[in-house]
Amino acid sequence: MTQPMTCATPCRSPATKQMLKQILTSAVFAGVAAGVLAALLQLWLVVPLIMEAELYESGARVHFATDGSTQSDRGAPSVWEEPLRHIYTIGFSAVTFSAYAFLLVAGFALARRFGHEVTVRGGAVWGLCGAIVVALAPAVGMPPELPGAIGAEVGPRQLWYLLCVLCTIAGLGAIAFGNSGIVALIGAVIIAVPHLIGAPHLDTYFGVAPAELASEFVARVLGVAAISWVLLGLFAAMFWTQQEDL
Amino acid sequence: MKKDATVIAQTQSKAASNADLFGIAGAVLLGLTLLFAAGFAQANVLHDTAHDMRHAMSFPCH
Repeated sequence: MTQPMTCATPCRSPATKQMLKQILTSAVFAGVAAGVLAALLQLWLVVPLIMEAELYESGARVHFATDGSTQSDRGAPSVWEEPLRHIYTIGFSAVTFSAYAFLLVAGFALARRFGHEVTVRGGAVWGLCGAIVVALAPAVGMPPELPGAIGAEVGPRQLWYLLCVLCTIAGLGAIAFGNSGIVALIGAVIIAVPHLIGAPHLDTYFGVAPAELASEFVARVLGVAAISWVLLGLFAAMFWTQQEDL
Repeated sequence: MKKDATVIAQTQSKAASNADLFGIAGAVLLGLTLLFAAGFAQANVLHDTAHDMRHAMSFPCH
C-alpha cells in the first residue's frame, strides 16, 4: 500500500516537465527553422514585388500616367540594396513562425488529450490547415495588400482578420475531428460566417500599382504560405514525435 | 489495496492531465503574445521593421 503512495508525488513533476519541454522544444526549433526558410522564399518571390510596389507608392513610377498611357516599366529593385531591412524580415519571420508553432503544438497536445496522436505525415496536413487558416481563408475576403494600396481602417480589418481566423479554426476542427456529417456541415457554415458578414472595404478603388503586380503578389504570398506552413507542420510533428519516444 | 492503487492512479492521471492543460494554455498565451507583437501591434518601430514580413504574410498592415 505504501509503494504507490511514494510514486504519487514524484511522478507528477517529471510528467509536467516532459510535457513543457516537448511543447517548448518542438515549437522553438520548428518555428525558427520554418520561419527562416519562409523568409528566404519571401526574399526570393515576394519581397521584390513589395519593393517594386513601393516605387508606385512613392510616385517614382506611375501607372495610368496623365498622358493616358497605361504602360509602366516592369522590374523590381535589387534585394541586395537594403540588407538590414531584409535581416529584420528574416528575424520577424522567425518570431511569427515561432508564434504559429506554439499555437500549432498546443493543437497537437489538445488533439492528444482527445486520443488523436500526431504523426509526421499528419503534421503536414496540420500545416496545410494552418496556411488555410491564416492565409487562404482571410485572403478570400481581404486579399494580401501591396504597399500603397489604400484600404479601410486598419482596426476593423484586423478584427475581421481575427474573426476569420477563429471561425476557420473552429470550422476545420469540426470537419477534422467531428464524428458525423452534421458536425462537418456545421463546421463548413462556421467557416462561411465571416465571408457572409463581409470584410471591411472602401466604396472605391484606389490602387496605384498595376493589377498584374498585385495579382502576382497575392498568388505568391499564398503559395509561399502553403509551402512554409507545410514545412512548419512537418518540423513541429518531427520534433513532437521524437520527444514522445524519449 | 488494489482499490487504493486505482484511486492513486486516477489522481495521478488527473494531475498529469492538469499539467497538460497548463502547458497547452501557456503555449497558446506565448504564441498569441508573439503573434500580436510581430503581426498586429501598431507601434511605429515594430510596424517599420516588421513591414515587409506583415505584407508578405497577409496581415492587415496599415
